Amino acid sequence: MTARFGIEPRAAIALAALAAVLLAAPLFASDYLLTVLILILYFAYAGQAWNIMFGFAGQLSLGHALFVGLGAYMAAALYVHFGIGPWIGLVAAVAIAALCAAAIGFLAFRFGVAGVYFAILTIAFAEFARIGFDHFGWVGGSAGFFLPVATYSRNDLWNLRGNPTLFYYVMLALAAAALLACHALLRSRMGYYWLAIREDEQAARAVGINTFRCKLVAVVTSAGMTAVAGVFLAFYYNNLFPEQVFHISRSIELILAPIIGGVGTLFGPIVGAVLLTGLAEGLTVALTAFGLDVPGAKQVFYGVCLLVVVTLLPDGIWPPLARALRLTSRRD
Amino acid sequence: MGMLLEVENLRKSFSGLRAVQGVSFAIPEGAIFAVIGPNGAGKTTLFNMIAGVFPPDAGVIRFAGERIDGITPDEACRRGIARTFQIVRPFPALTVEENVVVGTLLRRHDVAAARAAAADVLKRLDLHDKRHQRASALTLPDRKRLEVARALATEPKLLLLDETMAGLRPTETDRMVAILRTLNRETGLTILLIEHVMRAVMALASRILVLHHGAPIAEGTPEEVVRHPAVLSSYLGAEAL
Repeated sequence: MTARFGIEPRAAIALAALAAVLLAAPLFASDYLLTVLILILYFAYAGQAWNIMFGFAGQLSLGHALFVGLGAYMAAALYVHFGIGPWIGLVAAVAIAALCAAAIGFLAFRFGVAGVYFAILTIAFAEFARIGFDHFGWVGGSAGFFLPVATYSRNDLWNLRGNPTLFYYVMLALAAAALLACHALLRSRMGYYWLAIREDEQAARAVGINTFRCKLVAVVTSAGMTAVAGVFLAFYYNNLFPEQVFHISRSIELILAPIIGGVGTLFGPIVGAVLLTGLAEGLTVALTAFGLDVPGAKQVFYGVCLLVVVTLLPDGIWPPLARALRLTSRRD
Repeated sequence: MGMLLEVENLRKSFSGLRAVQGVSFAIPEGAIFAVIGPNGAGKTTLFNMIAGVFPPDAGVIRFAGERIDGITPDEACRRGIARTFQIVRPFPALTVEENVVVGTLLRRHDVAAARAAAADVLKRLDLHDKRHQRASALTLPDRKRLEVARALATEPKLLLLDETMAGLRPTETDRMVAILRTLNRETGLTILLIEHVMRAVMALASRILVLHHGAPIAEGTPEEVVRHPAVLSSYLGAEAL
């Protein structure tokens, strides 16, 4: 019972140890290692957001780059054009992504677009945005949109300007918050309804669930959370190109961690992000050390990971790993 | 006693095929009413119209005095009509308990309260010991009872059972019959069942409607219906009982 609705002592200790290491990481990690950790946390966070829609509610999005991009451009535009800081820009970014998601969800669910057709619809909207922003002069069009970069003597959390340590702690806080939020969602009334819809939508309607409304909530929640990742992206990289931000490869990259880690699980996106990003970066380092320059090695590595997981561990890495380590019950 | 469900002159066609026509009946509150008939007689079509899966082409359905023809399945359930599916469809990856909690959450927003309510339903359906198993791991009789449990969890006034006994062994059938009788007696739950297993129909139903080619051919008490010549010739056969 503790495993199902609480946390096992073993898991609590493991989690506390992990949190301590992550909190102390900037003290001993090099700048390079820190950027890798930022990337891992970024994918863990975005994967968590995507997981709400597909892992919980069963609605496959292959166009989540749309929400990353909308969030990124919204916050960046407010900052560059009006001097509005990222934390206020965040509110606008979440709002625009949520609104857009609500429109897509309404169209799809109102007209019974489901399964692969829904997934194709999400790709279509991401592509619309990519082409649209290419011609959107106010935010630089295809030439790109740039945030002012200067050397900062001190970290400025309010304007998200500073060294990697600042971005690391911001991303760590976001990833932790996303984990806690998903944990709470999964145990809420809406969480139960999402799982029911994922398992069998007709049966869900037969027990009185307004599936239209619940699916809409899932899409809006997921998109809003994803937009936050976009705001981070804009202020971390300081440049945005529609061809990169909205590209379908970004959408795919974003869903790899939860798929490999375990769709619908709480720790799947985290484990997947650690494994994929961590090992891919390790591979790059190793290849460089041997004096090899292999373009596309990372992509090949991603492909191999997907193949292995799909054939050997169809539930992802986390569920069997958690069982082997006797950490949690299946749902976590 | 008032009529809980009234069906008047219901008609439904599928691309020219008359699936249901001229069907009328009424179920008083607290009754157990059975609809029988050969395969393709339109029983499930009738059922789906009451449960809100699709609207009738013509006719009226009244539940607790209000017209409900054309409402959605979730609205039907919220008004107090719960159903099971002929081919059971529990939420496979969820545990037995979680399946039932999804149902009890309809009338309460607090998950802890929903779990407490689910425990009662699980005990009633002899599933409490298996509450932590995944629904996909259950045997067919258990899945059938889980299907009933999930429907009951929504606290319906009317329970629609679509061939709940099909595929069960006689001992399992008797177990289900006993559970349903207790439910009806103790909670006053009204039940409408579609059933082929005459052993269960005879043991449960206070009134039976017989459909054939989408149209009613007889209605009455079990004793009347099984002696009805049209029923004998079209469905039961002379040696059936």
